Amino acid sequence: MRIGVLALQGAFVEHIAILNQLKVEALPVRLPQELVGLDGLVIPGGESTTINKLMLDYNLMCEIRNLAKNGLPIFGTCAGMILLANKVSGLDMDSIGVMNMTVRRNAFGRQKDSFENELSMPVLGEKPFLGIFIRAPVIEWTSSEVEVLARLADGTGVAARQGRLLVSAFHPELTNDLRFHEYFLDIGRGY
Amino acid sequence: METGTWKVKTGLAQMLKGGVIMDVINAEQAKIAQEAGACAVMALERVPADIRADGGVARMADPTIIEAITKAVSIPVMAKCRIGHFVEAQALEALDIDFIDESEVLTPADESHHIWKHDFKVPFVCGCRDLGEAVRRIGEGAAMIRTKGEAGTGNIVEAVRHMRAVMDGIRKLVNMPQDELMTQAKEMGAPFELVEEIHKTGKLPVVNFAAGGVATPTDAALMMQLGADGVFVGSGIFKSSNPEVRARAIVKATTHFQDPKIIAEVSKNLGQAMPGLDIKQIPVEELLAPRGW
Repeated sequence: MRIGVLALQGAFVEHIAILNQLKVEALPVRLPQELVGLDGLVIPGGESTTINKLMLDYNLMCEIRNLAKNGLPIFGTCAGMILLANKVSGLDMDSIGVMNMTVRRNAFGRQKDSFENELSMPVLGEKPFLGIFIRAPVIEWTSSEVEVLARLADGTGVAARQGRLLVSAFHPELTNDLRFHEYFLDIGRGY
Repeated sequence: METGTWKVKTGLAQMLKGGVIMDVINAEQAKIAQEAGACAVMALERVPADIRADGGVARMADPTIIEAITKAVSIPVMAKCRIGHFVEAQALEALDIDFIDESEVLTPADESHHIWKHDFKVPFVCGCRDLGEAVRRIGEGAAMIRTKGEAGTGNIVEAVRHMRAVMDGIRKLVNMPQDELMTQAKEMGAPFELVEEIHKTGKLPVVNFAAGGVATPTDAALMMQLGADGVFVGSGIFKSSNPEVRARAIVKATTHFQDPKIIAEVSKNLGQAMPGLDIKQIPVEELLAPRGW
């Protein structure tokens, strides 16, 4: 399997390291031609406005949108989740926008409100998954085709799936737990 | 829910990687920086070039300026406090700043000690000139490091010297036999546990940006190729003739730092860079980088 990791800005090296641990070839993607022949794409955490602008500069946004519509498996964490949502509360921004849901940026406040929290995620098994939330977004609304995979105690959605598109508001790439990435690779098999 | 953990502090620094953090002195500049693709802004009263020109004591910025900048943008906002001035740091934490830079650019408040940064929920970034200094700061709780360079000069030479010194220090530790690490830690003036960790992992335990003298897209890409995780640009943007265009070019060059064609392309028609200073012409007592212990 060849998985691309969008490497414009943010924590892309961490995703590459986890994918390598899972014996998957992981390639940084900075230009459209590097999207060719991939079996999946990871959009990492970082600053969503920065990544967004850098995608537009070299025509990556349209390419990724088209690939997503043709079924390319994509895993977006934090900023990646914001970029995949088709609506961001209070913001009119051109983004990839292929998941039918509304997200809110910096939903918990500023950095001092960033937190760690164990999450129950049945699709990953019984053992809780450590959610590391850094100036994190949340899922405010989902259409019926989107399945919410993890919620905070108050019911707020923080991970979701729509077909082969997978998102989390938190950062699995900052943990040593490989299960979320394994789940993504399972979703992608058969593409 | 646990806030202020080491993981969320160092994690925010990891999210800034591959990005450009820009010095701004008002809301308007902050918006220009965000629009250009900055991954964070540093809220200041004066940029380092002006601090250098004005002389006198440089302190934490007026909270009204910091608040105006915080309201103007959605990207993280950093602010500087004086070395050792833990009450300025407490005030910045109370202002909900996302990251504090305990910075040699301001006049030190303590000439022997830095802030014990583990006491804070907000993460800190600190400057360094070599690996020993970097590791001392991490030991005190810095969740992010930046090489100092010489701020406000528009001259990259010191930034290069410091980045090479840090990288060289790491390479030496990696190749050193275990039984020499204790003496090495003593000579570096650095905590043994962190020295041993770097020996094993071959990298700093936190993100390391370059700072102090970045004025052009090629400067930014140079620091990235030398091993920086990202760059701070202080006076280099808003002291140039066309800040919008230059800021955008530096952002692109930082992302595409291994692509000479893109770097050449974005370097076209940027207007005048900030006027630079020859380090050798600066009186020794006016150098900023030696501040820090």
